[in-house]
Amino acid sequence: MSAIGRLLWVVLAAATALFLIAPLLVVVPLSFSSDSFLEFPPPGLSLRWYEALWQSPFWRQAGLNTLIIGAAATAIASVLGTLAAIGLWLAPLPGRRAIFALILSPMIVPVIITAVALTFAFAPLGLAASHWGLILAHAALGAPFVVVTVLATLSGFDRTLLRAAAACGAGPVTAFRRVMLPLILPGVVSGAVFAFATSLDETVVVLFLGGPEQRTLPRQMFAGLKDTIELTILAAATVLIAASTVLLVAARLLAARSARLAGGAAR
Amino acid sequence: MVGRARVRLEAALLLAPLLLFIALTFAAPIAAMLWRGVSDAEVRQAFPRTLTALADWDGRNLPGDEAFAALAEDLLAARAAGTLNAAAGRLNSDTPGLRTVVFATARRLARGVEGSPRAAILTADPAWGEVETWGAFRRAGATPTDTHLLAALDLRRSADGTIIAVPEEQRLFRAVALRTVWIGLLVTLLCLLLGYPLAAALVFAPRRLFGLLLFAVLLPFWTSLIVRTAAWMVLLAREGVINQAFLAVGLVVEPVQMLFTRTAVLIAMVHILLPFMVLPLYAVMRQIPRAQLRAAASLGAGPVAQVVRVWLPQTLPGVGAGALMVFIQAIGFYVTPALIGGGADQMLPYFIGFYATQTVNWGLAAALSILLLVGTLLILALFGRFLGLAQFRAA
Repeated sequence: MSAIGRLLWVVLAAATALFLIAPLLVVVPLSFSSDSFLEFPPPGLSLRWYEALWQSPFWRQAGLNTLIIGAAATAIASVLGTLAAIGLWLAPLPGRRAIFALILSPMIVPVIITAVALTFAFAPLGLAASHWGLILAHAALGAPFVVVTVLATLSGFDRTLLRAAAACGAGPVTAFRRVMLPLILPGVVSGAVFAFATSLDETVVVLFLGGPEQRTLPRQMFAGLKDTIELTILAAATVLIAASTVLLVAARLLAARSARLAGGAAR
Repeated sequence: MVGRARVRLEAALLLAPLLLFIALTFAAPIAAMLWRGVSDAEVRQAFPRTLTALADWDGRNLPGDEAFAALAEDLLAARAAGTLNAAAGRLNSDTPGLRTVVFATARRLARGVEGSPRAAILTADPAWGEVETWGAFRRAGATPTDTHLLAALDLRRSADGTIIAVPEEQRLFRAVALRTVWIGLLVTLLCLLLGYPLAAALVFAPRRLFGLLLFAVLLPFWTSLIVRTAAWMVLLAREGVINQAFLAVGLVVEPVQMLFTRTAVLIAMVHILLPFMVLPLYAVMRQIPRAQLRAAASLGAGPVAQVVRVWLPQTLPGVGAGALMVFIQAIGFYVTPALIGGGADQMLPYFIGFYATQTVNWGLAAALSILLLVGTLLILALFGRFLGLAQFRAA
C-alpha cells in the first residue's frame, strides 16, 4: 500500500478505536467527581456518588433485582440450553432447521415486539409486574446464546468417550456427569456468562413488563436519564462497566480454554 | 449397542424442555400479539346483532330497519354489560368522533325508545344517517381484518370497501417506516466506513497494539446499551463535555444543542452497533492468507490493485454479515432514540411502544409489529446465508 494510503488508514483506524472507547473513558472519571456538574475533567475526586448510590434504597433495590433476575434467568437458560445443545449434537433430527429457527428466534425478533407481546400475554397470568415474569423473559432471551456456545464446544467432543464410558459400565447420567460435563464445562460456563450479560443489559422488556417492584439497574438508569443527568447514574454506569469488564475477561479466558480442549480432542 | 431410534428419542427428549419453554414463554405470546393485528374482538363482542344485520348490506345506501333495531338492542345490552367502552374506543380509532356518537345514542336510548328504533336512533344522533358510520361498524367487526394493517400503511377502507389513502394531515406511518429504513441504512453505511479500516488494522497490527485495539472494540461491545447511551448523553448535553470543550477553545460562544437531534441519534447508534460490524469483518479478514498480497505484488500488481482485486473481494462475506447484523438491529432500536432523539427521530419501535401503552390501541401496535417483524425476517431471508449472529458475539 502506498505511504499516504497507509497513513490515512492508520489514522482512521486509531480515531475509530478512540471513538469507541472515549465515551466510557469520560464516564468513569466523572463518576468520581467531587462536584455535581458534568465538569470534565472533574475539579476534584470523591466517592460521594458511590455513597449516594449505596445509600439510596431505590438503587440498592435495583442492584438486588438485577442480580436476582439475572442469576435465576441464567440458571434456567443454562440448564435448558445445555440439554438442548446435547440433543442437537447427539442425533440429526427431522426439522432441524425449524428447531434452530425456534431456538434462535429470541435473538432475532426486535426486542420491543417481545416486550409488548410478553406484557400482553403475561398480564392475565399474573406474571406482569412480577420477578418471575422477568426471569422467564430473560431466560428465553439468554438461552440461544447457551445453545450456540455449548454446541460449538461439543463439536470438539469425541463421541467414542461416551461409548468407552458405557463399556466401563457407566449409565447415561454417570457418563454425562463424569465424562461429558467436565469436558464441555468451559462452553457451558461461557454460555452462562452470555446469558447473564444479556439479562444485565436488557432494558426494554423490563420497562414494559416490570412494575415498580422490578426496577433493575438499566431501568433505574433509564428513568434517571429521562430527567436530569445526576452523577449517581454515572456511578451506576461505572459499576456496570466494571461488571462488563469482568464478564468480558471471563468469556475470553473460557473461549481460549474451550479452544484448547477442542484442539486436544481433535488430536 | 444402542439403536439409532433410541438415540433419536434421547435427542428429542433433551431438546423438548427448551423447545417447550421457548414456545410457551416466547413464541406463543408473540403469535398471540401479532394475531391482534388482524383481528378485532371488542366490536364483535359488543355488537353481535348489528354485525349480523350488516352482513348482507351493500355499503352504498343506509342499512334497513332491522339493522337499526339490532343496533338499539346491542347498544343497550353492551351498556349494561360494560363492553361498550372498549368497543367505542375501537370504533373511535377507526373514525374519530364515533365514541361520542355511540355513547350519546346509548344514553338516549336508555331513557326509553319512542316509535321505531330507526327514528329514535336518527334523532339521537344524525351521524347514523351517514353511510360512513355504518361502514366503520362493519370494518371494526370483521375477523380477520385488514383495518390495522392498512392503518399501519396510512390506508383505510371507505364504506363501500375500496382501499383509499387517509387524508394527508393524518398520514404518519409511511414516513415513520421510511425514516426507520433510512436511519438503519445510514447507521449501517457509517459503521462500514468506520469499521472496515479498524478491522483491517486489527489484522495487521503488531501484537501489543492488537490487544489494545481489540479491547477498544470488545469493552464497548460488552458494556450495556443503556450505559453507552448515558455516556453519549453526558458528552452531548447542553452543559456536557463536548460543549465545555467547544466553549473552552472558543469554537462556539454559547452551548450548541446536540441532544435530541438526528445527528446525536446517529452518533450513538453507530457507536453501539460498530462492534457488530468490526467483529465479523475481522473474523473474515483473519482468514485471508497474507502471502496472497505478496504474491500479487510479485506478479506486478500495484498497491491499489492488491487491495481492490485480491483483498477486497474476499472480505465481502464479512461486509455482508456485518451490514446485516447492524441493519436488523438498528431498525429495532428503542432505548437510544427514545433518550437521545427528538420527536422527529423516533422509529417504528417507538410507535409500537406508544400504541401499546399510551393510547392502548393494541391492534395498531400489533400491526406495526407485523410490519417491523416481516421487514426484519425478509431481510434475513434475502441475505440469510451470511447469518452467524451468535458465533461473532463469542469473539
